[in-house]
Amino acid sequence: MNSIPLVHFLYLAAMLFGVGVFGVLARKNAISVLMGIELMLNAVNINFLAFARYWNWNSLTGPVFVVFVITIAAAEAAVALAIIISIYRHLRTANVDDAHYLRG
Amino acid sequence: MLTGENIVQLVSGLLHWAYAQAGISSLAGVIDPIISAVVMFGFIAVFVMFLVWMERKVSAHMQSRIGPNRVGPLGLLQTVADAIKLTIKEDVKPVNRDKVPYFIAPIVAFVATFMGMVVIPFDKGVVVQDLNVGILYIIAITGFTVIAILTAGWSSNNKYALLGGFRSAAQIISYEVSLVLSVVPIIMITGTLSLSGIVEYQKQAGYWFILPQIVAFLIFITSATAEANRAPFDIPEAESELIGGFHTEYSGVKFAMFFLGEYIAVVVSSAVAVTLFLGGWLPLPYLDFLHIPGFVWFLAKLLLVIYLIMAFRWTFPRLRVDQLMDFGWKVLIPISIINILATAVVWFCLYGKGAQ
Amino acid sequence: MIETVLFYILAAALIGFGLMVITRTNPIASAMAMVGAFAGLAGLYAMLNARFLSIIQILVYAGGIMVLVIFVIMLLNLEPEDLQRMRAKGFVVLLALIGVGAAIVSPMLFCVIPNKDWANGSVSPEFGSMASVGAKMFADHLFPFEILSLVLLTAVVGALVLAKRKL
Repeated sequence: MNSIPLVHFLYLAAMLFGVGVFGVLARKNAISVLMGIELMLNAVNINFLAFARYWNWNSLTGPVFVVFVITIAAAEAAVALAIIISIYRHLRTANVDDAHYLRG
Repeated sequence: MLTGENIVQLVSGLLHWAYAQAGISSLAGVIDPIISAVVMFGFIAVFVMFLVWMERKVSAHMQSRIGPNRVGPLGLLQTVADAIKLTIKEDVKPVNRDKVPYFIAPIVAFVATFMGMVVIPFDKGVVVQDLNVGILYIIAITGFTVIAILTAGWSSNNKYALLGGFRSAAQIISYEVSLVLSVVPIIMITGTLSLSGIVEYQKQAGYWFILPQIVAFLIFITSATAEANRAPFDIPEAESELIGGFHTEYSGVKFAMFFLGEYIAVVVSSAVAVTLFLGGWLPLPYLDFLHIPGFVWFLAKLLLVIYLIMAFRWTFPRLRVDQLMDFGWKVLIPISIINILATAVVWFCLYGKGAQ
Repeated sequence: MIETVLFYILAAALIGFGLMVITRTNPIASAMAMVGAFAGLAGLYAMLNARFLSIIQILVYAGGIMVLVIFVIMLLNLEPEDLQRMRAKGFVVLLALIGVGAAIVSPMLFCVIPNKDWANGSVSPEFGSMASVGAKMFADHLFPFEILSLVLLTAVVGALVLAKRKL
């Protein structure tokens, strides 16, 4: 455990976050966009845990916060999937670009 | 005295001596888990073969038939013959399948259930990896089977398989809730998630949890039967409605993997039931003087619970989909929640504080 | 030594699965890759002494969220024309994004962090265990925890209202 520097975890989290951002920006399919968001959330979780483990190992705020993030992610996924089903029912498509009713 | 712990110590002593001879003592931390996992795999393979034979004998007995009796003594080698037949059979694949998911699904279904065996304590100290979050681990790792079954049904490109996959996923998710809720009172009382820790608690308390938690035991067994997709909850693979459900399009080795996975799921949930409710490796009360090793007790209780689950299959008619969902959500889950509240109240009144 | 090798294997698997998630046109394949990525993440959490969280990660994500996602993908039965390939030249944009991210993050990585004493001390065996995380959560973070239960309730009701055809 001692052999892995903290920075490597941070690099990994940054790369995963980049992959997630790319997924959100480049995909048209709403479900893929959702999966990109989940990747970003998980990248943040790596950072929380790595800092909790390496910096202040008497404080467990990092793991507790990760529990909160996972809970919010679950709630978010449920609502987002319901919205996707609703959009598909009205527009017969799951492309985020086509759902532009509110564009001025 | 012969106990499981002594055997493990003996074997590990021999192994470490062998490492020292070969000059790889530093790698013991890597090799030991691999060896124990392989031993567990061998045990499971033989045990499941025995279970398939046992299931056929039990069903034959309940239907006044004889059952397999041709291959080997009492037909014991019938399963071996079946396994050989399955492996050398032609692997028929649908043309329009989704290639990669179709290939991965049986492997995931098999591995996920097998991983559950890793934390089961067969005797004091006889466990591949004694995690301190054992129960949670089993619940989590068997959750992968849902994904395997869904992808199997989807990638077969067959409407019956897809329907079976959907039904199965809905069923497993619903019954997982009541399964977890039925375990919660035990965790509240013992204050630990480790399976060995729960058995130790029962040893100190002097009773098995089936006595105060009979409701939880019944809910657990019912939900476990549903989780393993076995009759009377076998609508995902109801032969008369869906041909074969999610494994309609699977044959040969891939089908064997689903089949093995189903039996291992039965073994895992029965083993958890034995550990939580029937005292694991503890001997029957007043029979301590026999000095029967703990793992023998464990296996005896395991076979008893498995026999119970097998007997369900031949005594109850299959439920309809809506009846199944109603039973899960409107009966089992409310009862288990009430059970949790009742346990909390009773334990608080008895001891004035939570588990220690 | 073994841990280092394991870390790099897990990290490579994580990034590889992550790339598969966003590059596959077949959403089922993306979802499967996502499950693989979560398994890798669970391994990383376990390496960071957070065994409880690694189990929770598998339980919630692989057992819950991904099943939901796969269910919706199958329910919508997206036609191939819904699944157009990405218009951007994949890896060029990806490299650009990673470059931008590195430009933002690198000052922190190279200046802030090395100046602090990031000692990798020996943690107590209780670190990240269920008991310690639970004690912390119910002692110091009880109010956010209760708020979370409200959030979950709202999400359940909202999802039901949104997805139901007729109320």
